[in-house]
Amino acid sequence: MKGNEALAEAAIRCGADAYFGYPITPQTEVIEYLMTEQPEKRTGMVVLQAESELAAINMVYGAASTGKRVMTSSSSPGISLKLEGISYLAGAELPAVIVNVVRGGPGLGTIQPSQADYFQSVKGGGHGDYKLYVLAPSSVQEMSDFVEDAFDIAFKYRAPVLILSDGLIGQMMEKVNLKDQKERMSNEELIEKYGSWATTGKTKNRERNIITSLDLQSEKMEARVHRLMKKYEQMEKEDLRYERILCDDAEYLIVAYGSSARISQKAVELAREKGIKVGLLRPITLFPFPKKQLFELADQVKGILSVELNMGQMVEDVRLSVEFKVPVEHFGRTGGIIHTPEEILEALEQKIIK
Amino acid sequence: MDVLDIIKPENQVFCKTKLMTDTPLSYCPGCGHGTAHNLTMEVIDEMGIAEDTIGVAPVGCSVLAYDFMNIDMTQAAHGRAPAVATAISRCWPEKYVFTYQGDGDLAAIGTAETIHACNRGENIVIIFVNNGIYGMTGGQMAPTTLEGMKSSTSPYGREIATMGSPLKITELIANLPGVYYVTRQAVHTHKHARKAKKAIRKAFENIKLKKGISFVEIVSNCNSGWKMTPNDANIWMEENMFPYFQLGDIKVDGKLK
Repeated sequence: MKGNEALAEAAIRCGADAYFGYPITPQTEVIEYLMTEQPEKRTGMVVLQAESELAAINMVYGAASTGKRVMTSSSSPGISLKLEGISYLAGAELPAVIVNVVRGGPGLGTIQPSQADYFQSVKGGGHGDYKLYVLAPSSVQEMSDFVEDAFDIAFKYRAPVLILSDGLIGQMMEKVNLKDQKERMSNEELIEKYGSWATTGKTKNRERNIITSLDLQSEKMEARVHRLMKKYEQMEKEDLRYERILCDDAEYLIVAYGSSARISQKAVELAREKGIKVGLLRPITLFPFPKKQLFELADQVKGILSVELNMGQMVEDVRLSVEFKVPVEHFGRTGGIIHTPEEILEALEQKIIK
Repeated sequence: MDVLDIIKPENQVFCKTKLMTDTPLSYCPGCGHGTAHNLTMEVIDEMGIAEDTIGVAPVGCSVLAYDFMNIDMTQAAHGRAPAVATAISRCWPEKYVFTYQGDGDLAAIGTAETIHACNRGENIVIIFVNNGIYGMTGGQMAPTTLEGMKSSTSPYGREIATMGSPLKITELIANLPGVYYVTRQAVHTHKHARKAKKAIRKAFENIKLKKGISFVEIVSNCNSGWKMTPNDANIWMEENMFPYFQLGDIKVDGKLK
């Protein structure tokens, strides 16, 4: 299956209630797949093609405000349009899953793969004091697996979660193990679970529920932001994910996520064939970021290369994490060009090993 | 006779419905929003559908509608209420979903969401309060501001050549096949309020019958934004707003009048 298709099928199978989207390359297969599969018949899941990304993200906001498991997907320029709604989702503390199958930018950019939306994803993107929990799949299997993981996190924290993929993972075809079909939550069960906050209709035995991100009193707004920050602290403690590949004896380290991690893994193999002990740290969550793990690895390795399909974004977080204990350099291609394992090894040798 | 002698239950024609909270309204004295809120809540109360109603509040003067309406409500981003309501209605087809929006929200920034929700024939009610100005931000020109009308961003009056004509979005959406009921009402007199309530009732009944979009425009005043006393604002509204935004039904039972 294609990554985008595996993601769409996973949404149906994990019992998602709704998907609202708008076509944009290279993620259009998600809505095409869903429209063809007719999940309304399979599970009762609602699928609707919105008139714009703005409408799609606000449909997500509407469904999420009633406690439904709702998802949208887009690609870079579309995500820029959705940022207003994402900020509202964060502010109103609503659970939702947003997928970005990244393409090159800025502007209309290119339809080819890129990781140039790292800053947008982990540094807020939209307005205000908020963060997104960001999952970065590096295989079609993870495109599938991360959908349910994302919903779990979204509902654990009542917060929007971003799956940050890219055109390579989205378009790539691989074998994938799909999970069994889960039943969608019934309305009765939903009201029992989320009735304390979701706008499902005010019954006589409770006060009305209000979903809003507005607090005109500064003290209340500050308290709301503090509440969000507590969630983010808890995410860092409980839900950080990363993968260590051949790090135990590593003298040099590559840090890469998503498709860059896939390619870097090959570069690590090539380096080891040449007798260079290179390890790979793959952040699976970009927020929370494996800061402590990098800080500790910096005591062991002589230098770190941050490999990204952009002009140097995650490298800033790597530098902050290691607190300048060892040299940290960036290597990346952009504009939709994908680096080769050989290029990565060459960059490691020139910039780090020297 | 003391005033309290007159206010007896048998003499009472209008009162605050229990579906309005006791929170003091944030609206300026004389503003039509309070009446429009109350009429909407009366209809929901009389139909006995409060437990199955989900409202969507806009950005604008009525952003705090959820403070006054004692039902479950979601506050939408500026202009996006029809998209928000679309999803709620699609996920909860048995619920009564309505949006309550002003003219800046519905007819400027949210034009696309309005037109497309209407074109899809979503099974929702849209209550559209049109006072020809941006009230919340302090009296700027709205898409519905009349020709020559002064506002803080059209201080010399709205000039058609450079600022365009006042938008009759209600007539525009009435032409869409997904739209079942379109009417334009007012709430500044008892007579108008009674008619408006009937229209709102009809709109909510249409949700029960799954007829698609019911769109109730309420032409209202904005005495603060128009820089008039409440009474002068109502007179000005009758003399200037009503000739351009003519009251009455525009589309009934899916047929244009």
